[in-house]
Amino acid sequence: MTSSDLPTTLSRRDFLSLGLGALGLAGLLQSGAITYQFLAPRTIEGEFGGVVHAGELVSFPPGSVTEFPDGRFFLVRLDDGGLLAVYRRCTHLGCAVAWHPTEDRFTCPCHGSHFDQAGVVENPPAPRPLDTFAITLRDGQISVDTARPQRRDHFSVDQVVYG
Amino acid sequence: MAWFTRFVNSMRPRLPNDERGRMRAVANNLILHLHPTRVPAPALQMRRTWGLGGISALLTVILVLSGILLMFRYDASIERAYQSIQFLETAVPFGSLLRAIHHWSGNLLVITVTLHLVRVFFTGGFYGPRRSNWIFGLALLLLVLFFNFTGYLLPWDQLAFWAITVGVGLLDYVPLLGEAMATFLLGGREVGQAALRNFYALHVAVLPALLMLMLSYHFWRVRKDGGIALPTPSGPVEKLTTIPHLVGIELGVALLTLTALLGFAMLVPAPLEELANPAHPPNPAKAAWYFLGLQELLLHMHPLAAMLLSGSVMLGLAAVPYWDRDEAAIGIVGRSARGREAGLVGFLLSLLITPSLVVIDEWWLDLPSLLPTWSTLITNGVLPLALSLAGLALIYALLRYPLRARPSEALVGLFSFIGGALVVLTVVGVFLRGPDMVLMWP
Repeated sequence: MTSSDLPTTLSRRDFLSLGLGALGLAGLLQSGAITYQFLAPRTIEGEFGGVVHAGELVSFPPGSVTEFPDGRFFLVRLDDGGLLAVYRRCTHLGCAVAWHPTEDRFTCPCHGSHFDQAGVVENPPAPRPLDTFAITLRDGQISVDTARPQRRDHFSVDQVVYG
Repeated sequence: MAWFTRFVNSMRPRLPNDERGRMRAVANNLILHLHPTRVPAPALQMRRTWGLGGISALLTVILVLSGILLMFRYDASIERAYQSIQFLETAVPFGSLLRAIHHWSGNLLVITVTLHLVRVFFTGGFYGPRRSNWIFGLALLLLVLFFNFTGYLLPWDQLAFWAITVGVGLLDYVPLLGEAMATFLLGGREVGQAALRNFYALHVAVLPALLMLMLSYHFWRVRKDGGIALPTPSGPVEKLTTIPHLVGIELGVALLTLTALLGFAMLVPAPLEELANPAHPPNPAKAAWYFLGLQELLLHMHPLAAMLLSGSVMLGLAAVPYWDRDEAAIGIVGRSARGREAGLVGFLLSLLITPSLVVIDEWWLDLPSLLPTWSTLITNGVLPLALSLAGLALIYALLRYPLRARPSEALVGLFSFIGGALVVLTVVGVFLRGPDMVLMWP
């Protein structure tokens, strides 16, 4: 049969079976969408991801690193007085880094990455500096928004908040 | 005592005395009819299969039974999961034993299915129509690994928490979809209550259902493809009835496996580390032993490169039936004497090269600082990946040309090389990595 022999009109039987197939496909897609939405993650208010009030600026001397376990971050006061909120999640594979005051660095025990006080990689395998959270400074009070970690490829001064 | 003798006699299975009757007994039994009624005598030699498929099937049954019992005593909540395991270990009668049986069966299953794959590869069990079951078997291997992965989050101890954190962290590197997939799997940004619940549902419902379907297909295909791969016979092959010849061997292997497993589970309880602490990973933070080969790769290259390298190996395995069409070699271990030689050369080369590469990369070679202007994605990702793949191609070419092996024989060598590398990387990961994952003598 050549293409010119093919019927140009759709028979009623073909139309109905085509329709049935289309409906079946639509049904499958809908079930998939329902399953996806049913299973999709949802965040609960008040969990990690809200704004953390860290306290007064004066209680963090320059050069200090303070851990906020519930906020999953370290509040870093650089030697020049600037503030950084460093997310503790290692940028390599997500382990929690720890601050070692004697060696002046963050280390990740899982795969051996090191970061300096500002969270910049000193030793791979970590591919980029530790993420940071946005800091708001009002009347000497520090608050850290842990909703969205900010990625950075290298350290620059505009990441630092000055009092 | 006449009643006792009568009782014993009535319990004795009445097997028909004639061959036809015994064959019918197999065909008419729901479970036994997974087998043909008669099997070729060479298929019954222990050194042909080592019973690895059967042992794996038995372990699966044990895992299902012990798993169902454990479900009655487990709480999938982050406040109570660890407590419920402690309670199981200390207060529930036989709780510790059942957990040990489940844990060690899961570990042993990883070993037996891997050896099963090795056996099928070496005896050419992927030629011709067996191709589809070979690929299906690879999918089953991934399923077993995913079973173990979801299972070890459940005790909610330190190993559980950090192994899953790191394992799912790998997904983040998959371009475009990775982060969405990781968040979906964990039910959030980090491992927490949602992740525990998701993994529990996967481990006790979704994966078992998948496994039932896939295993049924796997067994059915074995029958369809005419049983295990045997060398093409030169003359008539003796056939023996399944009862008692095959069933007898199977019962023997099953009893040995059960005895060994039970003995081991009684002597060595399943490990349980401290309660999961999201703020402090243990140092060193290691995955379960069967993932340490992959974890070792991660110390040497970018996660995406490590995933692509393991993915290439899996794809290469799936491509084996299309690559090697030397069907005359079916059933002959290593294809031929030269093939076995290539296998030995590949394995020994791997035992030499892999540790050297680990040591060189650990102590001397630092590509990112040699080429500081290049992105680490290239120096730590593209370069190591390209070098590894080129190395594998070189091994293949070496076996193929200087050793004059046919493609099927060179492939045996390449397979042995990769197998050797996996063994070496796993041993390094398990024994030679200390705090901060530094290479050290144990």
